[in-house]
Amino acid sequence: MERRPRSFYLLSAFFVLFLLFLYGPTLTIAILSFQGPQGGLTFPMNGVSLHWFRDLFEEQAVGDIWGAFRRSFALGFMVMVTTVVVSVLTGLAFRKRFAGSGVLFYLAITSLVIPSILISLGVGLIFNQLGLKIHWATSGFGSQLTWTLPFGLLIMFAVFNRFDKSYEEAARDQGATAWQTIRFVVLPIIAPSLIGVALFGFTLSYDEFARTLLTAGSYNTLPLEIFGMTTNVTTPVIYALGTLTTLFSLGIIGVFLLAVWVMGKRRARFGTDAGKGV
Amino acid sequence: MQIRNRHILGWLEAIPLTVVLVCFLVAPIVMIVIVSFWGATEFSIYPAFQFDNYAYLFGSEVVLRVFLATFKYALISWAFTLAIGFTVAYFLAFHIRSQSMQIALFLLCTIPFWTSNIIRMISWIPFLGRNGIANQTLISWGVIHEPLEWLLYSDFSVILAFVHLYTLFMVVPIFNTMMRIDKSLLEAARDNGASGFQTLRHVILPLTKPGIMIGTIFVVTLVMGDFITVRFMSGSQRANVGRLISNDIGLLQYPSAAATAVVLLCTVLIVIAILLRFVNIRKEL
Repeated sequence: MERRPRSFYLLSAFFVLFLLFLYGPTLTIAILSFQGPQGGLTFPMNGVSLHWFRDLFEEQAVGDIWGAFRRSFALGFMVMVTTVVVSVLTGLAFRKRFAGSGVLFYLAITSLVIPSILISLGVGLIFNQLGLKIHWATSGFGSQLTWTLPFGLLIMFAVFNRFDKSYEEAARDQGATAWQTIRFVVLPIIAPSLIGVALFGFTLSYDEFARTLLTAGSYNTLPLEIFGMTTNVTTPVIYALGTLTTLFSLGIIGVFLLAVWVMGKRRARFGTDAGKGV
Repeated sequence: MQIRNRHILGWLEAIPLTVVLVCFLVAPIVMIVIVSFWGATEFSIYPAFQFDNYAYLFGSEVVLRVFLATFKYALISWAFTLAIGFTVAYFLAFHIRSQSMQIALFLLCTIPFWTSNIIRMISWIPFLGRNGIANQTLISWGVIHEPLEWLLYSDFSVILAFVHLYTLFMVVPIFNTMMRIDKSLLEAARDNGASGFQTLRHVILPLTKPGIMIGTIFVVTLVMGDFITVRFMSGSQRANVGRLISNDIGLLQYPSAAATAVVLLCTVLIVIAILLRFVNIRKEL
């Protein structure tokens, strides 16, 4: 192995600083959420306690955050399932280069880059004028899909651009129907990427704010609840909440990554040696 | 027959996405355009066809200043995210040799993307506040004697938050294009006597352009469409177009909000149209 150039060490230092920049603030509030009961929003620490975490379980201190959490979780799950199913279908559709696919593609890109507040405002106005009630599970759900579906679609593009068509041809040559080819050949091959799509679907929905703002109705999702707290809560209880929900997100990410890893291991164990020239 | 079949199957599979986008993207945009011509009283809005909202927008100097501020935020945030994102991606792609290390470090960079933006904004407060870590450290080092007031609730904190939140959108596409650069090109450059910097400037940079463009589209549109970061990080003391819209919404002035939204959308789309001339997104994934 050749010697590292000097630039390597400079860049390593830069990278470490970047990570500090990314994680430093979050770690700070994690530490500060253990403030003593008399502690404030900044250092120094005024003792160490679980006071503010205990406060999270008292309605009068924080409002209905557990209800908000349950709603966010349910919504995230709905968005996740929908995103995976719709992304796969659309990914398969785009492989066929059907007439009008260009328009749909640009529509999806528009959905990704459009300022979120336009979706929020537009959906809110439509429901209002139609006399429908906005609710997180209807208007909120649809608005979030305009954010998660394009991401899912982009991932599917990346997946199918790298997909080796000869597997499908082999399946067809052996007499598999179109459905069998998809069910037993295509889906198992792209399964790990689908876990990625699911991760995007859930976390983007769970943290989504701008598109849900005017479309969630009278029952808030967790990010809306947290944002409401920023204007009237001036104690470290908000740090405690931030720490908990970040830990929850990290846990979710961990579960998904673990799933990908386990799947890879299983594949290595049960896979054939086909194509390896053995 | 074969070809018709392919189209029909494709359409069937594309129906769900099309339905969602028509209901929650196209229809809302159409609605906003319609409402932007309506009128409003203090409590309600009424259908009309008048250009008052637009006349106000294009006649007001305040609005012009807010639009300029929005461009300023976008430009400065873009420059920082690009510089940082490019450096990080370059380090990961060309200086990390083992692939598992590469994946691990890349994941480390992307994890914050999957956590809450609002929490990440809140977490700057103990850093930047009047008695925050930054001020305390600088004072204890003797660099300053008075706490700096412009760290929090200023343009500085707004841009800092943008860079903090969105650098990821640069790192990922740039890293993606860099990983696809054929390593033999770098060897060829070296064999021909190029220095490290020359290779970077004349080989890597041109080949990375598509990734840079995709990252640019993300960062510019996210910053231009933002309303929450500016409100929170400036303590409501700075404005951008998004805040103009959300303020109008708060006052129930939907027609005026809609008109501003239409102008913002057109601005963003023009910027993207210009950027898209440089890159073919579908080919780059």
